Amino acid sequence: MDKKRTGNPTVGQLEKQIEAWRAHLRKSQTITSQDAAELEDHLREQIAALGADGLSDDEAFLVAVKRMGAFDALTREFSREHSDRLWKQLVLSGDDRDGGTESAAAGWSRRMWVALGLAIAAAVAIKIPALFGIAFDAEPGGGFCPRNISFFAFPFIAAYFAWDRPLPLRGRLALAAVFAVAATVVNAFPFAFSPKGEPGHTFVLTRIFAPLFALLLIAFIVTMATTGRAIDVKREVLILFDLLLAVVFGLLLYSASARDAIARPGLMDWIQLTLVGTALAVDVLALWAIGSRIFEFGFTPNRVAALGENIALLVNLGGSAVLYAGFIRGRVAFSRLCDWQKFYLYVLAAWAAVVALLFPLVFGFA
Amino acid sequence: MSINKDLVTASSTALVLAILAEGDSYGYAILKRVRGLSGGALEWTDGMLYPVLHRLERSGLIQSRWAKAESGRRRKYYRITGAGRDQLADERRQWQTVDKTLGKIWSATADCANTSVTPVPLLQRS
Repeated sequence: MDKKRTGNPTVGQLEKQIEAWRAHLRKSQTITSQDAAELEDHLREQIAALGADGLSDDEAFLVAVKRMGAFDALTREFSREHSDRLWKQLVLSGDDRDGGTESAAAGWSRRMWVALGLAIAAAVAIKIPALFGIAFDAEPGGGFCPRNISFFAFPFIAAYFAWDRPLPLRGRLALAAVFAVAATVVNAFPFAFSPKGEPGHTFVLTRIFAPLFALLLIAFIVTMATTGRAIDVKREVLILFDLLLAVVFGLLLYSASARDAIARPGLMDWIQLTLVGTALAVDVLALWAIGSRIFEFGFTPNRVAALGENIALLVNLGGSAVLYAGFIRGRVAFSRLCDWQKFYLYVLAAWAAVVALLFPLVFGFA
Repeated sequence: MSINKDLVTASSTALVLAILAEGDSYGYAILKRVRGLSGGALEWTDGMLYPVLHRLERSGLIQSRWAKAESGRRRKYYRITGAGRDQLADERRQWQTVDKTLGKIWSATADCANTSVTPVPLLQRS
């Protein structure tokens, strides 16, 4: 007891405790810094009075805080009395609630500048697409800008709040990642099923990749044909083949869903048909290679799985080729091609399930 | 004995205005005065006084100003306004009426006040 007046270290300790208490108080949206200062004055007065009665700083602090009342009850009471402040927080945020204090005024103007800077940044960002020749209103409905407009505004608003309400680095990175992923998904995902039916820029993806893959596959076939070594392809190359064919299947499925089903056949459909044709040829080569390996070295789970996948793909690609050709000649509706591809998702999933669930039983977990 | 919470709330306006009518004051001193006047029976949670003060200030019954206390800290002082004095007079009449009414019934039942069990004929089991 008697050490309390002499022990200066405890004074520093008390200041820390009061500091923490005030910081906790300030987290409430309805308690302004002035309110906190008023309550702090009360707390200090109470601590001093209790100290005069013989309590140590620690004890006096605890008693004074207890008498002040539970934080929840206190903030609830303040909220009830100052409900208008809640709304102000939403609109203006931060320490506008500080009212008159000097530091608050400085903080306010700093916030103003940051907000202004971010607003200008957003305005500049929204003009960037124009630099690449993407006009703002050129594509009503499914165009680039209508779909992406939120990615020009929200990141800046989010940046403002992340700055205003101190957000840890991990939170900031997560925020950035969310925007990146969302922007990618929105732009890559086909929106052919949207009411407007205009896939817009999603189609760019297939327009680039379909010819690319067609060329790649043709190069494969030509290499095989000229070297004449189609049969003894290495295991790794075979795996690569199957991987490539799976990607082609995905690409076809994607472009089919992304394509406007009502549009007339065009150049892209010829390219798609070429892709299907070359993929079909590569699939036949792969089947041939797998067949010869099985004939030569016998069955293994991997070979059977690959064989099944290639047969399934062969049927799919064959069907796609027939349907595509029919569509280009104007005899088949495009929706039938779509349905075929979608149906095949289940077929491939079923085969994958068979491989994963039945093969271990059949082949004894080899 | 302690006063129930509703009564504490109901009497808070009259009490705060009456204390401020004695002279300008601030939160901690007002609470201390309340404790002294009630002999500790009117127990307020310290923090709860401030929303009350803010409410009174908002309705124009009191005014506040920040000033430097003798401790060197900034302190928020409250002063009663003209409207506050009118309100206080009104509160006083109301509380006196309540007090008078209760006083009459207390004296009418004075005989029973000190006995622990009071038979009430109307509520007797039939």
